[in-house]
Amino acid sequence: MGARTAMLSIEDLQARVDGKPILNGLTLEVGAGEVHAIMGPNGSGKSTLAYVLAGRPGYEVTGGRVLFEGRDLITLAPEERARAGLFLGFQYPVEIPGVNNVYLLKAAVNAARKARGQPEVDAFEVLGLVREKMALMRMEDSFLSRGVNEGFSGGEKKRNEILQMLVLEPRLAILDETDSGLDIDALKVVAAGVNSQRSPERACVLVTHYQRLLEYVAPDFVHVLVRGRIAKSGDRSLALELERRGYDWVAGEAA
Amino acid sequence: MSENAKQLEQLLGRGYQHGFVTEIDSDTVPPGLDEDMVRLISHKKQEPAFLTEWRLKALRHWLTMKEPHWAHLKVAPIDYQSISYYSAPRSKKDGPKSLAEVDPKLLETYAKLGVPLHERARLAGVAVDAVFDSVSVATTFKERLAAAGVVFCPFSEAVRTHPQLIEQYLGSVVPYTDNFFATLNSAVFTDGSFVYVPKGVRCPMELSTYFRINALNTGQFERTLIIADVGSYVSYLEGCSAPQRDENQLHAAVVELVALEDAYIKYSTVQNWYPGDADGRGGIYNFVTKRGDCRGRNSHISWTQVETGSAITWKYPSCVLRGEGSIGEFYSVATVNNHQQADTGTKMIHIGRDTRSTIVSKGISAGHGQNTYRGLVKILPSAHGARNFTQCDSLLMGGQCGAHTFPYVEAKNPTATVEHEASTSKISDEQLFYCLSRGITAEDAVNMIVSGFCKSVFKELPMEFAVEAQNLLAVSLEGAVG
Ligand SMILES: Nc1ncnc2c1ncn2[C@@H]1O[C@H](COP(=O)(O)OP(=O)(O)OP(=O)(O)O)[C@@H](O)[C@H]1O
Ligand SMILES: [Mg+2]
Repeated sequence: MGARTAMLSIEDLQARVDGKPILNGLTLEVGAGEVHAIMGPNGSGKSTLAYVLAGRPGYEVTGGRVLFEGRDLITLAPEERARAGLFLGFQYPVEIPGVNNVYLLKAAVNAARKARGQPEVDAFEVLGLVREKMALMRMEDSFLSRGVNEGFSGGEKKRNEILQMLVLEPRLAILDETDSGLDIDALKVVAAGVNSQRSPERACVLVTHYQRLLEYVAPDFVHVLVRGRIAKSGDRSLALELERRGYDWVAGEAA
Repeated sequence: MSENAKQLEQLLGRGYQHGFVTEIDSDTVPPGLDEDMVRLISHKKQEPAFLTEWRLKALRHWLTMKEPHWAHLKVAPIDYQSISYYSAPRSKKDGPKSLAEVDPKLLETYAKLGVPLHERARLAGVAVDAVFDSVSVATTFKERLAAAGVVFCPFSEAVRTHPQLIEQYLGSVVPYTDNFFATLNSAVFTDGSFVYVPKGVRCPMELSTYFRINALNTGQFERTLIIADVGSYVSYLEGCSAPQRDENQLHAAVVELVALEDAYIKYSTVQNWYPGDADGRGGIYNFVTKRGDCRGRNSHISWTQVETGSAITWKYPSCVLRGEGSIGEFYSVATVNNHQQADTGTKMIHIGRDTRSTIVSKGISAGHGQNTYRGLVKILPSAHGARNFTQCDSLLMGGQCGAHTFPYVEAKNPTATVEHEASTSKISDEQLFYCLSRGITAEDAVNMIVSGFCKSVFKELPMEFAVEAQNLLAVSLEGAVG
């Protein structure tokens, strides 16, 4: 992929979950400033890839290499990866009852600042930042006082993921089906959130099933994941073609 | 002089003949418990005759009682004759001479809790003559309370200054016949706190033993009596969040609360006995009888406790809801880690019409800890329209700990409503990973999740205490998740 410097470089990655091989030699490069979309049939390993990159315990890397800004990602603990600037937007964000949203964000912001040797910020400053981003995400103030994802609707949970991303300002965001289950207006809001983050220093990997999100967040590359491998890569037009033709032909080509 | 008192004098005199006189100047009496010992304690404290007599009745009753046994607690036998029942304000000779002699682990914990340096020394039992800043704090404290007419003093002082209140109320909530440990306490208690809030007075500040210089010298048989007169309000904080070093193995305290008409008593405990070493050796057996009597109409008693467990904790703060429309509340967080055992809960006894009670119990078990909730809601036939709501939630960390819930309900009035909700949850891997993926360490994540779990109890605590409670939980659960 030429002279551009890869922010994330995945080489022949193999991974197992519960002893079952899911990623089977996956290679992918994501450069700074780029947006990549990853599509693919259910069960092809998209979430597994996201989890492996974020370091979820139980997701065992059995081969290959992942470099994130030149560092060996796999050897880092999940919290270190986050502090290094990696963010995972979950496909199914978990509820943490009683733990205040802002409190979690404050802990997260300060963990990253501490790792960078910066002084911690107080709740007041975090609150200011969160309010600003909430306005962008069109979230009501009442979310401030609620527990993390506690009782949130599906769409609200997704919006909350983007909110966290906006507050944490990661170098690389991996958003796992953040568009699923969103109504039209929410989709635009989420897309605006993602677009507001685009910059030459930052990159984004969007896992999605739908071309619709890509209408709002124009990807530089589109990849199709089949049986734990990138079966096809292309530009935006590939997403349109997939929408028309489904995945079978890609799987056929790759086999 | 009454016949009784004369007899007493004789008995006391006889006691001395047995050689106790020589003991009087020493700090600690020899081990053992009999009538002479009880008389000696009462005499040393210069108590009025009614009190000596009350103690003796308790002792005679105690001798007829059997030590209780509980299904879920493993208790090494206690030899009651080997305990010394009177120890004057803890001898300086017993304690470490300086911080250098204190267990470094303990000091480390104080540091983590943010206990100021001079307080660390005090809590660790270092024998220091001058008592730091708290002297001046205590003095201003006393002046403000006196202006409001509130009496707040050591129990033994109240016996001298307000004997009529003591005579009227002592044992009126927890009678000396109540239970094995309360009866023992009645016979041999040495000191504790006394509070009286006069009619219509809203106590101008939180009362805390923390500010009481002698708070740590009350010994193992502490006795507390709080009386809120008609229309008054008081919030009382017991203990402090720092672990307390203590060489007494057995603690058998009694706390009695009396709320008269329209009075409100809020009693909060954040306590952390020094649990001994990592295997729990040298930990404290904590057997406490705490009971509040909502004696007047629309009176209100609320217990809030955060306990990180002694080696063994056994306590059931209770409310007797006598007054019509009175309210009893119990909010509890109990944590066990390593090999700790806790058996806690509450009793709500509904006697009056339209009485209400709320129970919220949060049990956290980690390591090999065993946490038991035992609750009784009793609704007597007289309690028309009584209502209870109980919620018991358990949080398990790891696979080797346990949570047990025993909610008992006895409703003898058909118009009563009793609701119960219970849940058991684990800190899920998903929750933990979610926090990790945000850059938060596993330890911070666990603390955050646990605090969230305890939120409905923490919010009942006074502000400063709530913060201390969170720190305390963090320290006590240290190492619970790898
Ligand atoms: N714990 C597990 N044990 C065994 N197999 C697992 C486990 N977790 C996931 N898998 C399998 O791994 C495969 C890939 O799952 P993954 O969640 O990565 O798919 P996906 O591409 O994200 O699918 P979707 O589009 O439905 O979200 C699936 O076949 C799934 O059943
Ligand atoms: Mg998925």
